Amino acid sequence: MKSGRLAGEGEHWRSLPPMSDEALVTLAGLEAILANARPRVIAALVRHFNSVDLAEDAFQDACERAIRTWTDDGVARDPTAWLVVVARRSAIDGIRKYRRRAGLLEAATSVEKPPDPEEELLLQLDQNELRDDVLRLMFMCCQPDLPLHDQLALALKVIAGFPVDKIARAFVVQPKTMEQRITRAKKKAASVATRLETPTLQERARRLNAVSLMIYLLFNEGYTASGGDIHIREELCEEAIRLARLLLMLFPAQAEVMGLLALCLLQHSRRRARIGEDGKLIALEDQDRGKWDPSAISEGRALLEKALRHGRPGAYQVQAAIAAVHCAAPTSAETDWREIEQLYAALEKLQPSPVVSLNRAVAMSKALSPEAALRHLEPVADSLSNYIYYHTTLASLFVETEQFDAAWSAYERALQLGPTDQQAGHIRDRMRFCEDSKIKSAPIVG
Amino acid sequence: MQYAILIYGIEGVFDRLPENEQERAIEKHRELQRELGEQGTLGSVARLMDTTTAMTVRQKGDSVLVLDGPFAETKEQLLGLYIVECNSMDEAIEQAKKLPLEISAYEVRPVGWGGGTLAQPAADV
Repeated sequence: MKSGRLAGEGEHWRSLPPMSDEALVTLAGLEAILANARPRVIAALVRHFNSVDLAEDAFQDACERAIRTWTDDGVARDPTAWLVVVARRSAIDGIRKYRRRAGLLEAATSVEKPPDPEEELLLQLDQNELRDDVLRLMFMCCQPDLPLHDQLALALKVIAGFPVDKIARAFVVQPKTMEQRITRAKKKAASVATRLETPTLQERARRLNAVSLMIYLLFNEGYTASGGDIHIREELCEEAIRLARLLLMLFPAQAEVMGLLALCLLQHSRRRARIGEDGKLIALEDQDRGKWDPSAISEGRALLEKALRHGRPGAYQVQAAIAAVHCAAPTSAETDWREIEQLYAALEKLQPSPVVSLNRAVAMSKALSPEAALRHLEPVADSLSNYIYYHTTLASLFVETEQFDAAWSAYERALQLGPTDQQAGHIRDRMRFCEDSKIKSAPIVG
Repeated sequence: MQYAILIYGIEGVFDRLPENEQERAIEKHRELQRELGEQGTLGSVARLMDTTTAMTVRQKGDSVLVLDGPFAETKEQLLGLYIVECNSMDEAIEQAKKLPLEISAYEVRPVGWGGGTLAQPAADV
């Protein structure tokens, strides 16, 4: 190849001959490009056809054609636009064939010509339109009358293109059951979609909130659940991160979307450290911090910093800030608990919940005193009475204040709330510790 | 003469490659960096974070606007760059060709002048 061509012509790599005996792009490369384009293409097609099934089929056809064409000719300059054009045409062909078979259309000629690159340019994929399309597709999946797992399953299937059996494994159900649930969810979502017009500013904000929450819950599904296949759980987290990235790319000035992505990245940065070789979760303070992913941490921090410039705090930003403080501590002992306590206080105001108060109490016990933490927990005692972590936290606070009887009772209550085997073992150890300590401290008290 | 090799690609695609393919691509970068490093012709190299982390500063009327996001929304994004010392454009292109070409394209561009500690000053500036 002559030098000079590389720098000059815009379309040079279309006609670039293979550098070696391999094809221009490997199948894995093509699949990565197609998977990356999927949410946008499906979103544009769903709006165009008003049918998720038709959009998915047309996308599938377009991908097959893309693999055939791009392997020899190189990847289209704008894969998303190419796929939308080809998918639309394939769907229209499908409708024509159907009509012809039904005798509705006479002697129509098939439109089997290869896609014209010029057509890509003619197709005006209006970026504003496209971002509302993607938002609309995501919003469609998170309809509140769908159970949460069905919302997430639908999003994974339609937006991310996860195969049904993988989704079934992630939610620990039979593939057949999952298939039925997705079909049902799709119908429900489709009935909503027909009514989703181009949003007003207010409506857009509402959709952004709902979609952000769905992404957050998808991340948590992968992050917090203890059962199931670890690899699939990790994939859920990664998919949530991808969706958050996409949302932020489309809505670049949304501080809470930055916060959401930052939060996911900062939590995900600990993925290699938080699960032991035995598959069990390792508590934050016991993790090998050398295994935390520094690039995820720095990207999370960069996004958080950007978000804070807006001066519009929100729950995701504050949670991301808390995660960032943890990530900033070289050792557990060096954690800035005072800062974390203040952040939880802010979170309590933004998004009051007994669990947030519980977390704040933990931070208080480290930053202030266990007594202060115990006082802080009093008002939420009733609402947390069935929450296992409330009782284990309460118990450790009692131990710290040397109220061993109370600690023992709190642990006993925790045991009744169905701990995992690992937790139960730990709780029993602590109960024995309480008994021993009581005996030791008895003469002094007496 | 210094040349910039600007790496363009679609954000998010690399991340979806299977691990062995990612490793193969990264190895090509490592090899080039090793080679240039040994020759003493590597000015600097940077992998940029996603464009979602970017901010853009520009003047509007009397005020300076600081906006979220990259300078322009493009189909392919600037993912990273090299500054290398080469004798000619041909040579710079040969270096770029050593990098993984599957999902990235490289803009090779002569450096007008440069300085600082990261990039060596261009000759005769």
